[in-house]
Amino acid sequence: MATEAHGAEEGGLVFHPMDQFIIKPLFGDGPIGLFTITNATLWMALAVVAVILLMVWGSARRAVVPSRKQSIAELAYGFIYKMVEDVAGKDALVFFPYVMTLFMFIVMANFLGLLPMSFTTTSHFAVTVVLALLVFLTVTIVGFIKNGTAFLGLFWVSSAPLALRPVLAIIELISYFVRPVSHSIRLAGNVMAGHAVIKVFAGFAAIAVVSPLSVVAITAMYGLEVLVAFIQAYVFTILTCVYLKDALHPGH
Amino acid sequence: MEGQLAHIGAGLAAIGSGAAAIGVGNVAGNYLAGALRNPSAAASQTATLFIGIAFAEALGIFSFLVALLLMFAV
Amino acid sequence: MATDTHDAAGQAADAAHGAAHGADAAASAPGMPQLDFSTWGNQIFWLMVTLVVIYFVLSRIALPRIGAVLAERQGTITNDIAAAEELKAKALEAEAAYDQALADARVEANRIATETRAEIQADLDKAIAEADAKIAAKTAEGEKAIAEIRANAMASVKDVANDTAAAVVAALGGKADAKAIEASVTARVKG
Repeated sequence: MATEAHGAEEGGLVFHPMDQFIIKPLFGDGPIGLFTITNATLWMALAVVAVILLMVWGSARRAVVPSRKQSIAELAYGFIYKMVEDVAGKDALVFFPYVMTLFMFIVMANFLGLLPMSFTTTSHFAVTVVLALLVFLTVTIVGFIKNGTAFLGLFWVSSAPLALRPVLAIIELISYFVRPVSHSIRLAGNVMAGHAVIKVFAGFAAIAVVSPLSVVAITAMYGLEVLVAFIQAYVFTILTCVYLKDALHPGH
Repeated sequence: MEGQLAHIGAGLAAIGSGAAAIGVGNVAGNYLAGALRNPSAAASQTATLFIGIAFAEALGIFSFLVALLLMFAV
Repeated sequence: MATDTHDAAGQAADAAHGAAHGADAAASAPGMPQLDFSTWGNQIFWLMVTLVVIYFVLSRIALPRIGAVLAERQGTITNDIAAAEELKAKALEAEAAYDQALADARVEANRIATETRAEIQADLDKAIAEADAKIAAKTAEGEKAIAEIRANAMASVKDVANDTAAAVVAALGGKADAKAIEASVTARVKG
């Protein structure tokens, strides 16, 4: 496999669509330990910097008539605030900073990952699985704390005929535990797929005849990816809100 | 030989992406049809639209994942 | 020249090294870097650091600040709207007062006009009555004078007729009784 992927010297078309996701130590060549500073670490830190720039520096002037960057910060605030309020209900506003954290990190990591030569942290399952598991654990724990065993009513569909309920309960249970899987893989899969497709088109650019078409295709894909970067962050956040609603009001 | 079979399997799994595309198109198309009938209710349902698209797409992403696993991990 | 070749050689060596390293990395990991579980611990650790930092920055600094700014703006807007409403009410009040003043002025003007007209009418009536009285007096005077003149003239006519009748009778050789002549003349003059 490795020799196939790296057979550049043999000529012809060579695709390394997955090479952009390799995690390397930033300094030196050593093995990757728990605290090694890697390119993933760098781009996560840049995401933090971007969030701070937008949300803290952008709102530093506290102007009643907002400047451009403050408008963006307020827009993001209002967007997520309204989403939490509308989808999960007023009592879910306690989780607003938490949801906001998820949204800001994902959207910033996605957008930073679209810069050429950058590394996309959200394309790694390690990252998205942790994000999704955090949501899953939060929802489960909050659900049991707020509702006690009534939370299990989420799986017992009382509006269905009695004979169907055990079957539905099994389906609901499975779907409940599939949630973090789909939640995480959706984000990483979308981001990874988009980046890999761009890389594949870039590979075609090696043929002189096809290269203009390839550049056009890369441009189109890039535009789509900008959209996807935002939509996936939005979808991740809104699903978090939907799950939170289940935890707070399990009675559907 | 086994690797080649895995590649064939990956290609077959990628059909699932097309199926997911049908599902997403269905969701978006029906949303649009409903929105054109009752434009005043459309704005309040965009969140539902995205949730529906996300659920439909998730299954396509699963097949994409299966394809990737067959390509690279098997 | 020598340095060029040296550089080229160095690049070639680097490239070879890089390729070898890449091959090593790929050989040590499955084809998908995402499934290289040796890097998961590292990523998860740094992700948690990232999330905690973002969470504290947002919940301690950014979100309260933006929330306060939004609330303040909402307050300002509400105040402005209230002030605008107040001004509007004042404007309406002023308009009503203006209309009232206008109506009052119109009523007053009507009243004055009516009064003036009545006064003038009274003066006029008085003047007409006076004039009528004067005219009546003059007319009465005139009629009296005419009646006098007529009476005088009648008396004169009677005298002349008496005289003439007496003369005529005398001339005819008769001897006329003065009383009979007078009676017949009076009867003839009347007729």
